[in-house]
Amino acid sequence: MLQFLIRRLSGAVVIMFLIGAFTFFLFYSIPQDFAQLACGKNCSPENIAVIRENLGLDKPITTQFWEFMMGIVSGRDFPQGHCAAPCLGVSFDSGDFVWDSIMDRFPLTLSLTVGGLVIFLLFGLGTGLLAAWKRGTAVDKIVSGASMVLSSFQIYFLGPIVLGLLVYQTGWFENPKYVPFTDNPGSWFVGMLIPWAVMATIFTAQYTRMARSTMIEQLQEEHVRTARAKGMRQRYVFFRYAWRGSLIPIVTIIGMDLSALLSGAVVTEFTFDLAGIGRLAVEGSLTKDLPLTMGVMLFGAFFILILNIVVDLAYAYIDPRVRLA
Amino acid sequence: MTSPTKAEGSGPSAALEPELASKAEPAEVEKLEGRSPGQLMWHRFKRDRTGMISAAVVIFFFAVAALAPVISSLYGKNPYTLYAQEPEYPFLLDDFAMPTGSLGGMSGDFWFGVEPKLGRDVFTMLLYGMRTSLYMAVLVTLFSVLTGVVLGMISGYFGGKVDYWLGRVTDFFLAFPQQLFFIAFMPVVTAMFVSPKDETPTYLRAVAIILVMWFLGWMGMARLVRSSVLSLREREFVEAAKVSGASPARIVRKEILPNIVTPILVQGTYMLPSSILSIAFLSYVGVGFTEPTPDWGRMFAIGAGIYEQDPAFMFFPGIALVIFVLAFNLLGDSVRDAFDPKTGR
Repeated sequence: MLQFLIRRLSGAVVIMFLIGAFTFFLFYSIPQDFAQLACGKNCSPENIAVIRENLGLDKPITTQFWEFMMGIVSGRDFPQGHCAAPCLGVSFDSGDFVWDSIMDRFPLTLSLTVGGLVIFLLFGLGTGLLAAWKRGTAVDKIVSGASMVLSSFQIYFLGPIVLGLLVYQTGWFENPKYVPFTDNPGSWFVGMLIPWAVMATIFTAQYTRMARSTMIEQLQEEHVRTARAKGMRQRYVFFRYAWRGSLIPIVTIIGMDLSALLSGAVVTEFTFDLAGIGRLAVEGSLTKDLPLTMGVMLFGAFFILILNIVVDLAYAYIDPRVRLA
Repeated sequence: MTSPTKAEGSGPSAALEPELASKAEPAEVEKLEGRSPGQLMWHRFKRDRTGMISAAVVIFFFAVAALAPVISSLYGKNPYTLYAQEPEYPFLLDDFAMPTGSLGGMSGDFWFGVEPKLGRDVFTMLLYGMRTSLYMAVLVTLFSVLTGVVLGMISGYFGGKVDYWLGRVTDFFLAFPQQLFFIAFMPVVTAMFVSPKDETPTYLRAVAIILVMWFLGWMGMARLVRSSVLSLREREFVEAAKVSGASPARIVRKEILPNIVTPILVQGTYMLPSSILSIAFLSYVGVGFTEPTPDWGRMFAIGAGIYEQDPAFMFFPGIALVIFVLAFNLLGDSVRDAFDPKTGR
């Protein structure tokens, strides 16, 4: 188990390094003067020279890359001060440390992602199981039909509709806002409820369909049929045989969907006007603030890798073949 | 074309069913004889009512998008004119710059209402927006499918080291957070073509969007094709072709490719709506197409901004997108079922 974890973690480090290198060289090797980019549309040559020196843009690219990478491991010094260990550089636009800006915004995105994940797993897998259990009945048809339609909705369309119904029309809820969990868990929960619900609805619909079809496939397996033929109770066969078997493909798909989950959180941020790392990336992108966008992207990749390792651990827990291999 | 179930010389049986042969899909079944898998598929597909309806809806959307200029010239408006400033429509917007009348200013003149603040016509905005999105999505999907198929074929057919390294490359690209990557690389790719001091022309934006999305669009297809090729590579008919001295190029083209058209087609059907949604997302967050290029995704951004005052604005773009994605997903399911009747829904 420990070996498995170490192998996965070292793999993640390699991938992070490669993504960092790739992003860095793609960003910094295009025929553009970054001091100019950082400076905006109207700026004087003096400004450009200062920026160039401050950002170390006068050095060769490989040196810059080395400094950037070392900054992540051991920190860097800038004219603004010392940038502590996971240093992702300094924003062109605001002059803040990128890592600090990200840490400022990330709790929101994390709340959205994890909360959404919990909700849609509970509801999605639950309704999927229900539909598979009641296969062919009215319940199944309603659940399948509704999930088919709902999975074709988009967060940015469903979001305003829900807002309109629950906030503007009835006034049952306040406009969603983010209160840090550590400040007040109650208002944190209430403030995130609508974003979670909207984000989870679309994913729930997809997971309902998937859980249903996986379960139905599993129920047709021979060992399940044998268990039934032996006279085991329907419920026991359903949960102990078929459900156990369908967990493996489901967890695989969760692992593949992690990137989509982060994307979903980003869209949700925009829909409800919340300031998370997605908005940070767009701000960086629109002001051509390359260190900021690059930092957010690296951080996003890191986040997904970590979640992936968690999923892999779950995988190892569920499937002995993985654990023992 | 050789498939495991049918030898090449089974010609004359085509005469038995002339009308079926003439209706066969021309794309993947040229010079068909007998009841090819393609014909069987078409036969099953015709009987699937959901599939036929969703196919009709999808075709309708593409037709509308392709005919957008014709439709809007018949309709007599365009997506660029600010009709609130035209003397013919004096009371289009009220004092708060919101459309007068109920439901976002829907009327005989403006079927889907009027855009708040600027007073543009929603119907033509939607038509042209769909046109932009669909064209872009088709290109992105086409490029991604081609790349994925080529890389997957190489990986699966040659195996060994090539396969290993291509697999690692695929894993590497899969590790990117997709939407963040799109957001982050839009300015970079744009900056490759045009100095940041200048205004970016629309076609360059389009090229940038296609490049960025193509870059992260091919991995799923490559994996799928690789695994299908791997399982076909060891089959007898491929071995027979090898023994009879066929070149790798011929084996890949004539023996393997015809047998993996099905999964490619199904996967492609699922990829197109997701490309549309990604393009819409880019415009929605403001890094895709900018004003005044009509765009589906940006209509949601406009609509979200004024939703409290004018919820009707978002209705038609939203419903159209839901119907389109739904139809495409159902179509994908039907195509899959038609090719492979064993997988029930």
